[in-house]
Amino acid sequence: MKYYLSVLGLLLFLSSCETFSPKELEEYELLDGPIEGLSLEESRRFVKGDAAFDDDIFTVENGLGPIFNGTSCISCHAGEGKGHPFVSFIRFGQHDETGNHYLDQGGPQLQDKAIPGYEPEKLPEGAPHATFLAPAVTGLGYLDAVTDEYLLALEEEQSESQDGIQGKVHWTTIPDYVTPREGAISKEGKYISRFGKKASVYDLLHQTVFAYNEDMGITSYYDPYDTYSGDKMEPEIDRQTISEVVFYLKTLKAPVPRNQDDPKVIAGKNTFESIQCATCHKPTMETGYSPINVLSYQTFHPYTDLLLHDLGSELDDGYTEGHAKSSEWRTAPLWGLGLSKDSQGGKYYLMHDGRANSIEEAILLHGGEAADSRYMYQNLSTAEKEELQLFLESL
Amino acid sequence: MKKIFTYSFLNTIILTLIFTQQSLAQELEKDPPNMNMDAVFNRPTLTADDAPIAIGGYLEANTIHKINDEGDSDGLSFQARRLTLFLSSSITNRIKFMTEIEFEDGGNEVEIEFAAMDVAFHPLLNLRGGIVMNPIGAFNENHDGPKWEFVERPDVATRMMAATLSNAGFGLHGKTHHKNWIFGYEAYLTNGFNGSIISNEEDKTYLPAGKEDPKRFMENASGKAMFTGKIAIKNHQFGELGFSYMGGTYNKFEDDGEDVEKPANLNVFAIDFNTEIKNWGTKFVGETSWIRVDTPENYTEQYGSKQFGFFMDIIQPVYKNKILDWEEATLNLAARIDYVDWNIGKFKSTHTKIGDELIAISPAISFRPTPQTVFRINYRYEWQKDIINNPAEQAATWYVGFSTYF
Repeated sequence: MKYYLSVLGLLLFLSSCETFSPKELEEYELLDGPIEGLSLEESRRFVKGDAAFDDDIFTVENGLGPIFNGTSCISCHAGEGKGHPFVSFIRFGQHDETGNHYLDQGGPQLQDKAIPGYEPEKLPEGAPHATFLAPAVTGLGYLDAVTDEYLLALEEEQSESQDGIQGKVHWTTIPDYVTPREGAISKEGKYISRFGKKASVYDLLHQTVFAYNEDMGITSYYDPYDTYSGDKMEPEIDRQTISEVVFYLKTLKAPVPRNQDDPKVIAGKNTFESIQCATCHKPTMETGYSPINVLSYQTFHPYTDLLLHDLGSELDDGYTEGHAKSSEWRTAPLWGLGLSKDSQGGKYYLMHDGRANSIEEAILLHGGEAADSRYMYQNLSTAEKEELQLFLESL
Repeated sequence: MKKIFTYSFLNTIILTLIFTQQSLAQELEKDPPNMNMDAVFNRPTLTADDAPIAIGGYLEANTIHKINDEGDSDGLSFQARRLTLFLSSSITNRIKFMTEIEFEDGGNEVEIEFAAMDVAFHPLLNLRGGIVMNPIGAFNENHDGPKWEFVERPDVATRMMAATLSNAGFGLHGKTHHKNWIFGYEAYLTNGFNGSIISNEEDKTYLPAGKEDPKRFMENASGKAMFTGKIAIKNHQFGELGFSYMGGTYNKFEDDGEDVEKPANLNVFAIDFNTEIKNWGTKFVGETSWIRVDTPENYTEQYGSKQFGFFMDIIQPVYKNKILDWEEATLNLAARIDYVDWNIGKFKSTHTKIGDELIAISPAISFRPTPQTVFRINYRYEWQKDIINNPAEQAATWYVGFSTYF
């Protein structure tokens, strides 16, 4: 009898395999995943880039450092989301628009970690600096495919308004290895940059090459100079991998909004617009032509205008980058805001350095051009503030 | 004066050896029952008449199907995990040679896990040298697949410590018994780890990375011997309890006589136990360990300096009878819990808890037609948190497999 009961138990156990599988996360809970509609060849490149981004860990053996900030892409962008303060990094060396005067002392980025046997960089005394957290990397392909013309039009639109909000594009000198995007507009040899906290990075190749070298100490064909010695080195990563990572970043899906039919979320969205958050955190943008078909001529919802805005003394760390003054910051995209806790260990670390631990704290840190919006926020009722928060968390 | 001392020291050694020689045969006759440290002796082997070598081994194979909470799965795979060969030889009554050669992943990895010569002076005094298994915890020495009801080896043993860990070195072991009590010890000096334990593709402090060094059986990275020692006590009624330690300098801190790094130390402590409730036949097997690793002051917090983990198996025979021509065929229900925290502590920047931990539960059914062969159906559900302590990634895995001595 025992024998038959055991066999029966075994059969029941096996027949319930499905029940024992983990509950699959919903698409909207994940930041990881490709834009829908990629071709098979594009999907293959996406998967390769994903593997390099998520799985390539740099060690002493394969080129890490000798001074560095993080050991892999994923160590700073866990789950493709916002970074955690334990992998924050410092940019330093530029007081004003005359340029970085600390390049010979390790600027513009402080590598505060070192492999055994080496000393990390120390912040030079008196050097202007700001701490940065890594941003989420989702939806970057859409931002990359917005035309310069579109950004200049936004700049002009804001300059003509009387609300005190006057965003500006960031004209920068781009590295030799960067090819201006199709239809790029230049002015005195400079181009419009759009990535990074101060919009000082032109495109995703520029960002990727910079991050490999400055964040991890990995030299490449594009940037072969070692951050520690300054010597020209053999590439520690091949061009193919960089190309795949860039493609991966371009084709990562945009965060999927949640609870969009919730009346409170809808009310929160109305409040968001009524207190003029939406002027800078522009809900909708459009892409131009992109060689990646699914990115061409798309309408998307990043909640940014990709322009620099003066946010006042509250966020003035004294560090200038390029022509982005110390109180000027590129409008952070708000898409994925509600999911950022899932990549930051269950807590919010918002603003450029993670100093805000809640959405409300972040709002209250907005001064300068955003001071009026902050004032209007402060005068909202508790219910309206809650609705606004629900809306922001739904993005 | 110096000569007198030398002569008397030698006399003492010779007298000790003579004394131990006289009693050796009797001592071997009443050799105490097996402990975990005897696993290398306690294996079924086959020897032909007059053949100087005994041969044995085991085979492990299984199917695996894993799915995670993102819906990712590689589907069903068949795995030939390992084929292990044992060879042993009694060169004389006092000198034995034993080896364990493992072919893993279908032969992709071939490793000499153990190859040692034992010289027996006394049950309490045996010299062992060669490639020895470091006696840290119990699983490292007692890891043969057919002994376990689970396809996967315990996470604490393989993914925190470095089972199966063996190194070139030598040392002593022995045991004695009194009434129902048995006492055993092992103490070895071996090559140690290297800097890869804090710079590896797992992106965490990871002792198993040290096993990847192809030179580890020929060169000691630090130039300083690593000590591994264990004491264990066993009672026929209460079971076996072992305490072990492994430690030493792990990094190459000198190069051509010049200091290139600060010496960095590794300390591992482990407690293992096993027992059986005789009336029910319920067996409990467990092991817990703590690791302390010196990491450079200005290094990334990705690599922790403290680790902790444990596993516990419970095995309950539910049916024991003759099936076909297997006289003592046994069906077992079993369960395992695994826990590993690879990075204990709080972030300097936020004072929040560092994650990088894993919990897994594994219910199992095993069928043993004989004690040497086991068929296993395992299910494993795991929760693994990244270093930042984000919501745990969950995964479920099914295994169907077998392992058998031959």
